[in-house]
Order: sequence, then C-alpha cells, then structure tokens
Amino acid sequence: MVSSGLAAGAGSGTALGWNIGEDIRQLLALHFMVNAFRAGTIVAVVAGAIGWFMVLRRQSFAGHTLAVVSFPGASGAILLGISATAGYFAASIAAALVIAGVPRSPGGRSYSSESAVIGTVQAFALACGALFVSLYGGFLNSLTGLLFGTFLGISDGQVTTLLIAAAAALAVLAGIARPLFFATVDPDVARARGVPERLVSMVFLLLLGCAAAEVSQITGALLVFALLVMPAAAAQQLTARPALSFVYVPWNVTSRPVHSRFMRSSDSSSLATRSWRVRPAASSSFSR
Amino acid sequence: MPAEHDRAAGSVAAAVGSAELAADRQLASRSAVRFDRAEARLGGRTIWSDVTLNVAPGEFVAVLGPNGVGKSTLVKAALGLVPLVSGTAIVLGRAPGQAGREIGYLPQRRSFDAGLRVRGIDVVSLGADGERWGVPFPGGGRLFASRRAARQRVKEVIELVGATGFAGQPIGQVSGGEQQRLLIAQALVRRPRLLILDEPLDSLDLPSQAGVAALISRVCQEHGVAVLLVAHDVNPILSYLDRVAYIAHGGAVSGTPSEVITSGTLSALYGTPIEVLRTSDGRLVVVGQPEAPARHTDRHADGAALPW
Repeated sequence: MVSSGLAAGAGSGTALGWNIGEDIRQLLALHFMVNAFRAGTIVAVVAGAIGWFMVLRRQSFAGHTLAVVSFPGASGAILLGISATAGYFAASIAAALVIAGVPRSPGGRSYSSESAVIGTVQAFALACGALFVSLYGGFLNSLTGLLFGTFLGISDGQVTTLLIAAAAALAVLAGIARPLFFATVDPDVARARGVPERLVSMVFLLLLGCAAAEVSQITGALLVFALLVMPAAAAQQLTARPALSFVYVPWNVTSRPVHSRFMRSSDSSSLATRSWRVRPAASSSFSR
Repeated sequence: MPAEHDRAAGSVAAAVGSAELAADRQLASRSAVRFDRAEARLGGRTIWSDVTLNVAPGEFVAVLGPNGVGKSTLVKAALGLVPLVSGTAIVLGRAPGQAGREIGYLPQRRSFDAGLRVRGIDVVSLGADGERWGVPFPGGGRLFASRRAARQRVKEVIELVGATGFAGQPIGQVSGGEQQRLLIAQALVRRPRLLILDEPLDSLDLPSQAGVAALISRVCQEHGVAVLLVAHDVNPILSYLDRVAYIAHGGAVSGTPSEVITSGTLSALYGTPIEVLRTSDGRLVVVGQPEAPARHTDRHADGAALPW
C-alpha cells in the first residue's frame, strides 16, 4: 500500500522545495495525503482522549499490548483474505476482553496477576503474528507497515470506518468519563458510592482496545506509544486540572499552532511530543 | 452488589419479628448506626459475633481494638459491603447499603500515589457527583445554578477543613495530614448525617493526628454529624469521644471511655489480663492487649497504589 502511494506521488512529478506553503499545497493536492491527514487527525483525537485515562490509570502496558495484538490481527486477516481493518479491531477487542476477564483478588486491588496475563497475551500475540506472516508464504511485503505503520495508502472507506469507530468510542467514553475518573482516583470511595467499578474498568479496556486498533493502523503496532502515551503523559505533567489537560492533549497530538496564552516555559515537552506526530509521516513518505 | 444488599435486607427482616419491627424502627430512627447481636464471616471464618453497638445522631463514637480484629469489616458491614450472617444492622433507619447518599465514608488507606496529577479540589468534587454518568459540561458553572451551587459547596467544605491553601495542588504532592483533610472534605460535600472514618489517623505524625482529630470533633459538634471512627490508638481522640466500642472476636463492649477503657472490662473482653494505665497528662496506655495474628491481608491491599 505504501509503494502504490509513493508511486502516485512520484508519478505526479512533484519535488519538495523550501517554500513550505507551496509544499503543503502540493501535498494536499494528492488525495492519499489528504486521507492520511484525515485518518491521522481522527486517530490523534481518539488516542489523546483515551490515552489520558490510560496514563492516569497506569494501564500503559495494557494499551501497548492491545496495540501489539493488532499485529497478529491484521496479519491473520490478510492470511484469511479479509479486511485488515476488521482484523485490527477484532484482535484488539478480543485481547481487551481477555485482560478484563482476569480474576481479581477479593479486595479488588491486586494487579500483579493482571500484568502477568498482559505479558503472556503480548508474547502469544507476537508469536501468532510471526506465524501468520510465515504461513502467508513470504509475499507479505507490508510487514514493516504492520509493525511501523502505513500512513499513506489509506482509502476513503478506511477513513469512514475510523471516523465511525472514533465517534462511537468517544461517545462511550464521554458517557462513563466521570465514574471512570472516580473509580481511578478513589476506587474504595467510588465502590462505596455505588460506582460499578468492574463494569466501568471493563468498558474502558474495550475502548482502549478500540483506540489501540485505530492507532496501530496509522503508527503500526510498535509505535502506538507515540500517540496513546506521550501526549497524555505530557499534558498531565503540564497541568493537574482535568479539563485543561484535555485541552492540552489535542494540542499535543494534532500539531496545530499553540496559542501563546498556553505557552509556558515548561512547554518544551509538549513541543517534543508534537514533533512526534509529524515525524513518522514525514519519514515514511519522503525517506523511501 | 445487589445480591448482598438483598441478603442484608433479608437478614434484617428475618431476624426482627413483625411485632417487634415497629418498635425497633422507632428505636433505630433515633440512632445513626445500630448493630444488634451481629455476626460477620469472611472466607468461612467468623470475624466477630455478638456485636451490639449504637451510635446516636450527632455522637462521636470510636471503634477500637488491635489490628486484625475486624474493625474494617465492621465498617464494611455498616456500608452494606459485607453481609451479616446473623443479627441485625440498621444504618440511618435503613438496611446497610441503602443510605449511601447520606453517609460520608473515608476508607482506610495510606496515601495517594505521589505521581497522581489530580488536584485536591477535583477529588473533593468527586464526592459531590462522582458516580453520575457523563462529563460535566465545560463552563457549566456560568450557565446552571445547580453547578454553581455545587462548586460553592466544594469551596465551602474545603474552607471548613482548612484546606484552601493546598486544594489546588496535585493531591499526591501534599502531606498525609493534608490529604486526610481533603478526604474529609470529600466525605462532607453532600452534607451527610453519618461520617464513617476507617483509621483516619493512621500513618499521620502526632501534630497532624491532633489537628485531624480536632477537625472531626468540630464537624461532629457544629454540624450535628454522627461520627463512627475506627482507630487502634485511642489517645489522639480520647478527649473528644462521646462513647467507645472495643471489639474482639467474642463480641464488643461499648460505653463511655471511662466505663470501657478499664482493666476489668478489657480483661473480660479479651480473656487475658490487660492493664490500663493513666499517665500524668491523661493519656491512657493499654498494656497486654492481644495482637491478633496478621491475617487481614485486605488491610494492606486496600491502601495500595493505583490500579495498574
């Protein structure tokens, strides 16, 4: 998919110059680049919102594993001849259910068994992915794409799928946001107040699986941290206010101009994060 | 846990005959918490049995006893999180677990994770509406009077507990005593009639213990809130207490501190010679108190760090 995108880019006979405005105009004239930006923006918003809770809940390992699981999901789907997008979502959501199903101790706070299960799931997933790739017979030249992302060559249909999944995930997240926040910050009081903590945690893991599946289609299975963890972690370091933090996350991930009012001396971490969003796209499109 | 509520409610109904019910309700309406010959089991073991305890509205009552004797289980039974196997419990005139909105609960814990980047004021606000679905609409304070009132109430309780100075800082970065003040504010936000505190003075230094104890007493007296406080050391709260209950595997004794904290009463309760000494500054020292074996693993798991 990458190669076809690059071929289209090379075919139109454009070359990059130092005129940045002109460069951007030329980029946006290419339909696959527009789709890449659309998909990237959708994924960045979802990853920012869900990643914020993931970082707060210290579930980055689970998030990473759910992303890694998308690798066997996609390669398995290609092996079976079905849509890779369906494979991404099916595998990540199935893995989220496995992790959510880990029995907890009666106190509900022993997470050591959870990380053991997550590690096992991750090892199993990587092994399955390698197996599917080898079963496919060596013709799967998009292995790098599965692991490191295929930003280009995203079809209109895929953008629509991403948009629908993103809207659904954000709507569910908005619905459970406050009890989820309560159960994360103060689980004992939340339980005593009647917050269905297990249900909320499970729904969140499913959302995380959904987000990981979306993100890994853009950044690949191995670079999900770039979108899920770093913007949210940076935002939480910048401010302890939840609402303002949510303002920072999209700023961090979507590389839009930062209003001078929000620029502080400690913003260097946010700038570093924002460049992340740009770098994978730039390296995959121009260095090859 | 609807099943447990049903069981607890069932045991209330079964144990109290219909003729006695009216009289009992009347008595219960005059008490904030009432345990009558209650027994609790966890994992097939009897934690305590034959516990009778009464907390009147506006009263400051401490539940005392060595570690591992089931004090936290008593709190959980009052909240309806642990069902009773026999006896009755009535909390604010209802079965345990049915009066959630009118109870302020402070669980046993050590502290918040130092890396938790959430402000104290946000933790206090969660006490007001944390279990409601959805997200608060940004800027709603300007549009809705109820949101403005809720925000005002949060500010008020933060001022009440003397936390105004540090409520804006991340809660992981304030001291243990300051966290405890914020948590008391969280428990008070909805104007509860009953405050249940599980070891609020645990792991605090002595000046913080004195400050928090004085605060709880002030809340109890000025706002008419009944307080059920679990502690293993009576001294920081002794001068504020209306009544104490000592709990042991065999049951519990309750009464005024001078009645209960005596060598004779405690020796009879624990079945082993116990001596109560009074120091020159009025502090009580309980000598020979049996330490129960450390089998209460939930005690440490409860206060552990945030979910991974």
